[in-house]
Amino acid sequence: MWKLFHQFGSPPHFYRLAGYLIPWFGAAALILILVATYGGLVLAPADYQQGDGFRIIYVHVPSASMSLFAYTLMATAAGIGLIWRIKLAHAVAAAAAPIGASFTFLALATGSIWGKPMWGTWWAWDARLTSELILLFLFLGYMSLRAANDDTGKADRASGLLAVVGVVNVPIIHYSVEWWNSLHQGATIMKLGKPAITGDMLWPLLMMIAGFGCYFATVLMIRTRSQVLQRERNTHWLKEL
Amino acid sequence: MSGPLSGFGVVLARDLRLAFRRPGEMANPLLFFILITAIFPLGLSPEPELLRTVAPGILWGAALLSSLLALDLLFKSDYEDGSLEQLVLSGHSLPVMVLAKTLAHWMVSGLPLVLIAPLLASALYLPAEAWGTLMLGLLLGTPTLSLLGAMGAALTTGLGTGSALLSLLVLPLATPILIFGARGVDLAVQGMDPVGPLYLLAAILFLALSLLPLAIATAVRISLD
Repeated sequence: MWKLFHQFGSPPHFYRLAGYLIPWFGAAALILILVATYGGLVLAPADYQQGDGFRIIYVHVPSASMSLFAYTLMATAAGIGLIWRIKLAHAVAAAAAPIGASFTFLALATGSIWGKPMWGTWWAWDARLTSELILLFLFLGYMSLRAANDDTGKADRASGLLAVVGVVNVPIIHYSVEWWNSLHQGATIMKLGKPAITGDMLWPLLMMIAGFGCYFATVLMIRTRSQVLQRERNTHWLKEL
Repeated sequence: MSGPLSGFGVVLARDLRLAFRRPGEMANPLLFFILITAIFPLGLSPEPELLRTVAPGILWGAALLSSLLALDLLFKSDYEDGSLEQLVLSGHSLPVMVLAKTLAHWMVSGLPLVLIAPLLASALYLPAEAWGTLMLGLLLGTPTLSLLGAMGAALTTGLGTGSALLSLLVLPLATPILIFGARGVDLAVQGMDPVGPLYLLAAILFLALSLLPLAIATAVRISLD
């Protein structure tokens, strides 16, 4: 177990493994997203209330769930890096932040485009919109703190600590904002029992989420690889490469 | 004095004495608090009805911003003259030491806000029944703001980035305090029981008191590297 842990934490090993995995995840992402797009835009029936407008959820929901996933992953990686002093974990956290911020922005933008015809406004101070906006600021704060530190090791640990404190705070923020005001539609997939969405609409959505997940993994590995290249630029194994 | 709390009183007394020697700096957050509160009636309208409805938000927003203002100074001078390093090397428990520093900071920057809040509340036509809730909420909320701010200050000390980055780090984390605090006052104004949000503020304060000193201490160690 520990041997595996250390092996995975070693940059040369990760560099090779990621190089091998990237095409597979990239191909899976491409296929899943293409099929889900066809399923979502062509096969799924139009919503009886929202018409074709609902179809934006095929971008909105996956990016919103990826934004939360990216923050959790970033904070977990940062925590691992802080506790066991694994440099690769910090590289993963650093690589995840901009992707997570982009997903958050995409979720906000698509939500806003959807909100204009449905709610009649580009922006409403609704609970989930607001907590997504705060999440965006958490990502931006993490990235600015990282950018403000010149020394990579110090930047890693300072921004890592912020991410860990942030992840403890995220549920509190979420529930405080929820309690403050909510007009967002209830969750449709993660309900206990039967989902409140028809199967024709559901499978492309789940497939799209899986596709976004593969895409996230692909970009994360590419970005982590370039982080590794930058951080290990003076080492032996890189010169041999 | 020995034990895990040794040094707590010493650091607290030292920071308070230093603060009282610079009364001008100490008064700044308070003046800022009054000024922000005064800006809103100028920008909105002097109508009592309107001011009464927005007063909880204005007072809590102003408290949040003024508690950010003084944070820059929390570790800066100690960092520059090396006494922060001495504190880390002293062998005392660093989380306890930073808790003492944060408490001193709260006593000079947070406590005055609590005490002056009723005066500003009356200027915004907030009914007197809500003053108690406002003060109690600020009493429970401002220490959390100081703790969160101290973590941000410890992370940005020595970076020379100014307070804009600090605000970006601390404000998103502080939103629950603002929501619960303002909502509590709101409930009191409407004649309802504000005890729910106050309990939540207290719960967050105890969570912050138990976890954030560790984070602040870690941040100080990172900054000194």
